[in-house]
Amino acid sequence: MTAASSARSRDWRAIAGAAALAAVAFLVGGAFFGLLHEGAPSDLAAAFDDYMLRVARFTLWQAGLSTLLSILPAIAVARALSRHPSFPGRAWLLRLFAVPLGLPAIVAALGLLAFYGRAGFAADVIDAAGGGTWPGIYGLTGILVAHAFFNLPLATRLFLEALDTVPADHWRLASQLGMRPAATFRLVEWPVLRAALPGTAGLVFMLCVTSFTLVLTLGGGPGATTLEVAIYQALRFDFDPPRAVVLTLLQVALTAAVVVALSRFGMAVTGEAAIAVSRRRYLGVGRAEAFANGLIILLAAVFVLAPMAATVVSGLAADLGRLAGEASVRRAVATSLVLSGLSAFVAVPLSLSLVAARRGIQLRRRAVRPGPYERLLDAGPSLVLVVPPIVIGAGWFLLLRRGIDVFAAAPVMVVAVNAVMAMPFAVRAIRPAYDAASERHERLCAGLGIHGWNRFRLVDWPVLRRPLATGLAFAMALSLGDLGVIALFGSDAVQTLPYLVYQRMGSYRTADAAGLALLLGALCLSLMLAADRLGRTPE
Amino acid sequence: MNVTTRGEAGGDDAGVRLDRVTFSYGPDMSMQFDCSARAGAITAVMGPSGSGKSTLLNLVAGFETPSTGRILVGGRDVTALAPAERPVSMVFQENNLFAHLTVADNVGLGISPGLKLSAADRESVALSLARTGLAGKESRLPRELSGGERQRVALARVLVRNRPVLLLDEPFASLGPALRDEMLDLVAGLEAERGLTVLMVTHQPEDARRIAGDVLFLEDGRVTARGTAADFFGGAGPEAFLRYMGEAYETDRSRGIARKPT
Repeated sequence: MTAASSARSRDWRAIAGAAALAAVAFLVGGAFFGLLHEGAPSDLAAAFDDYMLRVARFTLWQAGLSTLLSILPAIAVARALSRHPSFPGRAWLLRLFAVPLGLPAIVAALGLLAFYGRAGFAADVIDAAGGGTWPGIYGLTGILVAHAFFNLPLATRLFLEALDTVPADHWRLASQLGMRPAATFRLVEWPVLRAALPGTAGLVFMLCVTSFTLVLTLGGGPGATTLEVAIYQALRFDFDPPRAVVLTLLQVALTAAVVVALSRFGMAVTGEAAIAVSRRRYLGVGRAEAFANGLIILLAAVFVLAPMAATVVSGLAADLGRLAGEASVRRAVATSLVLSGLSAFVAVPLSLSLVAARRGIQLRRRAVRPGPYERLLDAGPSLVLVVPPIVIGAGWFLLLRRGIDVFAAAPVMVVAVNAVMAMPFAVRAIRPAYDAASERHERLCAGLGIHGWNRFRLVDWPVLRRPLATGLAFAMALSLGDLGVIALFGSDAVQTLPYLVYQRMGSYRTADAAGLALLLGALCLSLMLAADRLGRTPE
Repeated sequence: MNVTTRGEAGGDDAGVRLDRVTFSYGPDMSMQFDCSARAGAITAVMGPSGSGKSTLLNLVAGFETPSTGRILVGGRDVTALAPAERPVSMVFQENNLFAHLTVADNVGLGISPGLKLSAADRESVALSLARTGLAGKESRLPRELSGGERQRVALARVLVRNRPVLLLDEPFASLGPALRDEMLDLVAGLEAERGLTVLMVTHQPEDARRIAGDVLFLEDGRVTARGTAADFFGGAGPEAFLRYMGEAYETDRSRGIARKPT
């Protein structure tokens, strides 16, 4: 043991981090190489035709509307929940609000159609009430409802987390001074909500700009198409590579602009809320307000729960026995499990490397401010969100088609892209535990000479195995439900479960699609549940 | 106090010397230490918050590397050595133990960083635990112990590591007065048995008065006064130290009000 040996053990972290960054850079860089190699059309101005402008405008328009429709109700719901910190079923409701985060978009889309669709459960009620015939929710309406379904609960949780940061003394003071609800909102609640507003709205807007599956399944025709769906169509239907290149570059420019604008507000990139289950508020809530709050909470609960219930009901109505017997279904399930498992096993070591490298550099620096490399390791995984899976997929699609059969590359692409996309979330699961453990153990290990394998075996593994398992389950769930990359690369030879669901939808075998969606949803939610369970500390 | 015989009792003259050591956390926080601690004696390191007490200990332990200068233990230059290779053990204010390992394993790590322990090693782990008053608690987890007991485990590990220098970075600060005195007496006992050279950071004058032979007084990243504890606490200490003591007593008295839990 020499001084050099402990320096080497620190270097190990730096090397792992550099390798992980290089892997991510290769994936993203390869995509851009593919796009640039393909080359934009010679006449760029002509390439920006009316259609493209319309698509770009619609992308922003629907994202803006979706954000409004998610954020404004979320403020009301979060406030109502915060005013009533302990009613029966509150904890259960908060857990329900976390479910959409883990639900594959295609499953939610089917649930929404089963509930609000032309032949959905709600159609009869609406027809009877409105007199006319309910047209269903395809097009802009469908996209907006779907985005609200996903983002209203997310925003509610983030706002509630913000409200939880109000010190108990402020609540005591508010009630001692006899503040009425309006004054409490203006003076106590609004200041923290306003602070959380830009970040939350930014996250929701970003999710809606890059939303693919919901627009693909619920959007109708050229009138309701976003850039991502247009890229997919340009590659899979029109096979117009130059057009795909322009659309992709437009999408990247758009998301980059949004991210730059939002980074000023400190966007919460992965949208994870840590909510205290219940806390005393020292509030006297009047009868009228309690009634209004109850109504708001009930409406939100129905809005979130109904499509999920519809998924279950219509899924169970499908001929599940026959589906289970179909070879294509079995193959898709196996393919999905293998690819998402591999993807998770790629995502977690990469994430751990970045986390360890960042911490290693942070420990070594004496300066108060982090250097550029540390900041890159810090932000690297989140920056990936700027480049949506469809864009990476499109780049590699164009690059690979010159050399090999693109569809044969499907497994590799699905594993790699989904792994990188899951990294921000895996980092979120691993980093707090790693940093906290490092904070406690770094000097102790150095003082006692515990490093290398001994350190991993005796110190790191016992502390990190739960967060690592959380990251693994989370990454696998995300990857399992994704329809982005497989939509581009899928074929009869390689089909995942979401791809199969989409195919059955496309060929109007709605019952089959509902049954498969139920299976997919159940798989993803079990993984999410496992991730949540593992994520909680045992003590 | 006879320095020479004490040093010999330790089998090795393990005085600590910081030879024109400079160190900085940034442009505004540069420190400069040129001082020494007698072998086989307890030296209290005192001074206001942010004066560099912990940094001084971290430099000796090897957790921080000097920008210039040398650190010597028993006349040997240890500046280039990794923390685990220095003839030094350090006990921190907290986090001295791995929460997921038993008391015996936590002590055993002091013998083998891979926890490969022979029967004789286990025997010496048990002996050290008995010496620090923890007999029978070998298989407990740290969370099942009191704060004082956890620091006893750390001291038991110091015993099995058998390094001539012991650095204490306020390890008893969060204990009550009676318990703290008990722990200080344990340290003094170990020091006498092993002939340890002890550097002890403390904010409490009574801690220093109870067991320390010498005092190093730090201000603004520099050692501004040194001397025997008898001189310092007998009123013959430098003016800055007396001013600090006044402040310390002042803070002590007002702490009860300022720290009221909210």
